[in-house]
Amino acid sequence: MSAVLEVEAVSKRFGGVAAVRDLSLRVEEGEILGLIGPNGAGKSTVFNLINGVYAPDRGRIVFRGTDITGAPPYRIARLGLARAHQIVQPLTGLSVLDNCTVGACFGREDLPLEEARAAAREVAAEVGLGGQIDMPAGQLTTAGKKRLELARALSARPHLLLLDEVLAGLNPAEVEQMIDIVRGIRKRGVAILIIEHVMRAIMSLSDRIVVLNLGSLLAQGSPSEVAADPQVITAYLGAAEPAQDAERTP
Amino acid sequence: MIAILASVFDGVLVGAVYGLAAMGLTLIWGVMNVINLAHGAITVFGMFGLYFLATELGLPAYSAVPISILGGFVAGVALYWIAVHRIIGRPELMSLLATFAVNMMLVGIGTALWTTSPFNVPVSLPGVTWEGYTFTGTHMMAAVLAVVIAGLLYVFLHHTRTGKAIRAVADNRGAAELSGIPTAQMLALAFGLGIALAAVSGTLIATMFPFTILSGEAYQLKSFVVTVLGGLGNPAGALIGGIALGLVEGIATRFMPVSWIPIIEFGLFVLCLLAFPRGIFAPSKA
Amino acid sequence: MPWLILLAALGCALIPYWTDDVQLREGLLLAAVYVILASNLNLMIGYAGYINFGNIVFFGLGGYISVYLVSEWHWPLPAAAVLAGVAVSAVALLFGLGILRLRGAFFALATIGINEAVRQLVTNFEPWGGASGIYLAFDAYEPLGGPMQALWIVYFLVIAVTALSLLLSFAIKNSKFGLGLIAIGQNENAAATLGVPTPLYKALVYSASAVLPAIGGGLYFFKSGIIEPGGAFNLGTSIEAIVMVMLGGPGTVIGPALGAALYEELRGALLTSDIFSHLQLVIAGALLLVIVLFIPGGLMGFIHRRLAWTRRWLE
Repeated sequence: MSAVLEVEAVSKRFGGVAAVRDLSLRVEEGEILGLIGPNGAGKSTVFNLINGVYAPDRGRIVFRGTDITGAPPYRIARLGLARAHQIVQPLTGLSVLDNCTVGACFGREDLPLEEARAAAREVAAEVGLGGQIDMPAGQLTTAGKKRLELARALSARPHLLLLDEVLAGLNPAEVEQMIDIVRGIRKRGVAILIIEHVMRAIMSLSDRIVVLNLGSLLAQGSPSEVAADPQVITAYLGAAEPAQDAERTP
Repeated sequence: MIAILASVFDGVLVGAVYGLAAMGLTLIWGVMNVINLAHGAITVFGMFGLYFLATELGLPAYSAVPISILGGFVAGVALYWIAVHRIIGRPELMSLLATFAVNMMLVGIGTALWTTSPFNVPVSLPGVTWEGYTFTGTHMMAAVLAVVIAGLLYVFLHHTRTGKAIRAVADNRGAAELSGIPTAQMLALAFGLGIALAAVSGTLIATMFPFTILSGEAYQLKSFVVTVLGGLGNPAGALIGGIALGLVEGIATRFMPVSWIPIIEFGLFVLCLLAFPRGIFAPSKA
Repeated sequence: MPWLILLAALGCALIPYWTDDVQLREGLLLAAVYVILASNLNLMIGYAGYINFGNIVFFGLGGYISVYLVSEWHWPLPAAAVLAGVAVSAVALLFGLGILRLRGAFFALATIGINEAVRQLVTNFEPWGGASGIYLAFDAYEPLGGPMQALWIVYFLVIAVTALSLLLSFAIKNSKFGLGLIAIGQNENAAATLGVPTPLYKALVYSASAVLPAIGGGLYFFKSGIIEPGGAFNLGTSIEAIVMVMLGGPGTVIGPALGAALYEELRGALLTSDIFSHLQLVIAGALLLVIVLFIPGGLMGFIHRRLAWTRRWLE
């Protein structure tokens, strides 16, 4: 198996705090890798390092054979690495369609405007936004904004998708729908790296799981292996009972 | 050598006042994410406040200092409710334009009142002579007052309930609101304080140098340079940044014509920003 | 839409010519210059969401280069103006790649600094006449058939540049480049995550917004016959251009033009009144504040909200 993404011994400090310490992980072609850990474990920082919001202090990040360590976000996006944010960032004044068109235009395939618009229309329908295509993104509901975040990332036709808590804030019915959408994405061969607090969801979605604690790797393996790991139970599952599910990283 | 030392020392004195002005700018920025482009115009109104009180009414010059603070505060709170409250939380573009619009109005009114010709308020205060160099009394007095006012601000922000509430609002407005702090009032208060600082630093500058209604632009640029040097949203850093800028000016004026100072400062400003683009702009909340 | 623009331009060009109304021509010329400034500034403010307080520097520099070429090297006016446009936009591109790393107020402030720095430099630049500037000799107008005819030719050229400004706004708005810019204006970090090459696009739009004002400056100062630093790099005009953009509707194609025409009318009315002529700045400021606080979409935003069908064909 070949890796889509290789993170090799990456570290990042903010001031005196080590947010990520000597972390290595691989995402294989076509797999869903879950990234979990208690609040403040550095999960979102890992995403920020991968998609170029921050440059790592040490270590190397390789995406499909290209070294992307320290490259700016827009260059990484063009290589086919898309991201849906935990805190949704819609381009509020633009319509749903235009939001997705931006993703398609400037994504991996670098489509011309008209083709991008057609592709965006398709993706929007796929995630269930077909009816709201001309609505300004700012007027969508929370669930709608989450879908838009996903649709926009998908419009880029990425090789790898980073999903940061796309289930947070959704009701159970919406969670089910979203899980189906994510499964559908994987079927098309897109690899997914997902951060999620809804345990049941991530356990059922992921092929493998990586557990992060205090910025370093605590454990990795199949969902059942990880769930049985005593270290994980003390550091994470045991430390805070189901209440954890509702919380978010700052 | 002594000549250079003397200008370095004088630079530090003047720099303390720059620091005070920049504290006003940085306080407003830090608390409500508004970059106040009316800062320069307010500074100039502080200068004309001294002119009005000392020259026209004949009051003692330093009585203008508390009056400036008070007047600036009242004006600042009013300005907040008129021009700033509605744009809190809207795109930065809007706050820039709104405060700039206030700047235009103030400069326009000032020009109608005082034309654009230079004014000078003579303040007599004995200086200190040492090795043939005189350190001007007004400069020393201004520096001392600036440091005292900055100290009072620090005590207010860190050791009073209201001050702590302001800092809480700056840190996380939503959380502050939830814990029962009247955030809008705190923002108005902080804006008032920021404007008061700008006004009083104008008054102090006017005790040292001549000025016109258009001087604001130059001092606003200085405040921005200082803010960038000292770290945005950091009042203590502003004072240090101010002194650093005063130093640079004190030394630079010995080697080049005064008209080049704004260009040097502008260059310094851009260089600083380019050197630490992340450190300075990236919101710490990222 | 492009046909509408061309038709309007043709009308503006021909009506004063047929009626031989010189006063109307002068009024329209001034309005057209403002439309050029506002429309190109809108590429920055309305599309990319960056305020360029020093936008007048393009106009002034274009004027200087053009007037210098005509006066000292006896270049024909159109060639001089076009070269000025190209040169100024090239300089803007270089500058843009540097200062557009700044965001928000820092960028805004830097643009003021650039305007002031250029003015200082030009004031001390002897080949361009230093503080007193360059006067065009009478015979500079000879190649265009004497002053009377030259004024008409310059007027037609200014109208052409105005039409080009609007067409440029339209073309950019309906392109991939424009979509990327608007994404930057909405949320720069999100745009970068989506793959918009933000530094390049910002520098390109800064440079694109310089070309036509520089050419316009060349034409305008040729017509005036004199260019000096105070008039060429007047920060006040720069700021009036911002008021026009905000008044008409940032981010729309015809909004800024509408705003420019409206502001020009308003200013004309105020200037003739004794009380208001001193308070021009105050009134412009108050106007800007009211727009920002209450109608941030400007006139076009207001129309679009009231009459949704206009969105389709009035951009």
